[in-house]
Amino acid sequence: MTAPLLEVVDLTKRFGGVSAVDGVSFAAAPQEITTVIGPNGAGKTTLFNLITGFVPPTSGDVIYRGQRITGMPAPQVAGAGIIRTFQNLIIFNETTVVENVMVGCHRWTRTGFIQAALALPAAVREDRTVRETAMAALALVGLEGRAHDRARDLPFGQQRLLEVARALVARPALLLLDEPTAGLSAQEAQHLVALIRRLRADGVTFVVIEHNMDVVMDAADRVIVLEYGEKIAEGPPQAVQRDPRVIAAYLGEEVPGP
Amino acid sequence: MRGAAALGGTGAGARAAWIAAALGMALLPLAHDRYLIGTLTEVLIFGLFAMSLGLLVGFTGLVSLGHAAFFGTAAYAVGLVSTRVSPALLLTLPAGIAAGTLAALVIGVFALRATGVYFLMLTLAFAQMAYAAAHQWAWLTGGTNGLSGIPRPSIPGVDVGGAVPFYYLVLLAVGTAAILLSRIVASPFGAALVGIRENEPRMRAMGFDTFRLKLGAFVLAGAAAALSGALYAYYNGFVSPDDLYWTRSGEVLVMVLLGGAGTLLGPAVGAGAVLVLQNLVSSLTERWTMILGAAFILVVLVAPRGLAGLMADRWPRPSSPSA
Ligand SMILES: Nc1ncnc2c1ncn2[C@@H]1O[C@H](COP(=O)(O)OP(=O)(O)OP(=O)(O)O)[C@@H](O)[C@H]1O
Ligand SMILES: [Mg+2]
Repeated sequence: MTAPLLEVVDLTKRFGGVSAVDGVSFAAAPQEITTVIGPNGAGKTTLFNLITGFVPPTSGDVIYRGQRITGMPAPQVAGAGIIRTFQNLIIFNETTVVENVMVGCHRWTRTGFIQAALALPAAVREDRTVRETAMAALALVGLEGRAHDRARDLPFGQQRLLEVARALVARPALLLLDEPTAGLSAQEAQHLVALIRRLRADGVTFVVIEHNMDVVMDAADRVIVLEYGEKIAEGPPQAVQRDPRVIAAYLGEEVPGP
Repeated sequence: MRGAAALGGTGAGARAAWIAAALGMALLPLAHDRYLIGTLTEVLIFGLFAMSLGLLVGFTGLVSLGHAAFFGTAAYAVGLVSTRVSPALLLTLPAGIAAGTLAALVIGVFALRATGVYFLMLTLAFAQMAYAAAHQWAWLTGGTNGLSGIPRPSIPGVDVGGAVPFYYLVLLAVGTAAILLSRIVASPFGAALVGIRENEPRMRAMGFDTFRLKLGAFVLAGAAAALSGALYAYYNGFVSPDDLYWTRSGEVLVMVLLGGAGTLLGPAVGAGAVLVLQNLVSSLTERWTMILGAAFILVVLVAPRGLAGLMADRWPRPSSPSA
């Protein structure tokens, strides 16, 4: 197996008495699609917060491209190519859809604000590139027709796609998506899965928190199951689906799978 | 779109407002009314001061109650250099701007470690420290008496001693600063500031070093406030600790909120409204602050986006973003 792009080693986060994430380890190989599932409150979002530097871990390590990035500040983690989306959507309401996406280009833009304020040629050129990149990303998620609408006028599902587009323009190496299909129609969800596959083929590695089992079975190379902060199962989707511990964890909740 | 919206509402309306304001400002002194010219000069100076705070409050979401620190520091620096060294514009103006900007850098580095009301309290505390220093370092600042006899700046070949030429100097300085600020808020940097206002964690997730961006905004706002403070020192000829006091910071915050935060023009409109009201009402009654308070409450209730927001609503919104 090739060296993993991301490695999480015995990662633990305690909030007071609660272990939100408890000794979780896993690795994501380049161009792999890992999905993380688990009941509400299982620690999935906290796991993302730990990887991306939003919350410092109580113990354990995060290794990216062979380097320890544990506790690195969030902007630097993003700068290294790990981009995430959020479960609770908050977009920049008053600006247009395309401008919301343009903000995501920050990771690779070069002109400083003085150059931009003076409208120097380099800044103007870059601004055009940024706009074109944003439009292309909107086309990928199927939102090109709404580029110039105000972001807050989009229905919920499309706001989620907007967030995915904004993550894409950052040119991530590792994309962490927190419930990207929540609020999407079945058709939109399928479209998103197809897009994830296509991007993977282009070299992007994914870790996706997902509640929709159709999406999990369809897209995942590997599934990680969390319950009460602990990893209770890991493996290919079909195997995990049959795992008695997983079935037990989901009893009383929605039972996974068709 | 973003650029026009930044100026004062949306699209064509905002542009028309700017052009009207610029024309009016350029032509009004021809009326040769000394009182009018004085008021206009003040409106310009405090308009810039309010715009600079608006960059923090309206765009970045940083509510500062210590903005007078940069205004006053610059005014003192201009006063000191003018009276002790030379009144040359090329010496006094850079000295004023440098002093105010440096103060903003130092205060910003500390105050921006806090957020929300703690940020507000820290800016207030730092400004009060500057106020106390102005009182106590009497050998430098003149203590309670302040610095008086600050001359108009000297410029080779140009005499700005008269009210009208001085007005045009102020118009040039404030106009240039306003154009620069409007370009900055329309740039990706301005968009990033708005992003911080709306959701700072999200901006960090996209790789923005939000502390540095906020510090950049704070220093920029401090520099613009310093320019207004320097102009004020030339205009008033006198600086006192009151120019650093928290009521001065509070006054400019009222201007920003009254005019409408979130645009550049709004705070300037607010400054004009406050000063005109002050001049009109204070000649009639002593209770002018009460009337200002009532006007403020009325605007907040009737037009939460301020006077500029009220004006913008009167113009139709463009349907296409390229308008
Ligand atoms: N900042 C925090 N402070 C205290 N407790 C927290 C914090 N963040 C998360 N928790 C707790 O950690 C646990 C895991 O929460 P987390 O949000 O990671 O779950 P999740 O698996 O993402 O759930 P969901 O499916 O509802 O999104 C919960 O008990 C939650 O209350
Ligand atoms: Mg979650």
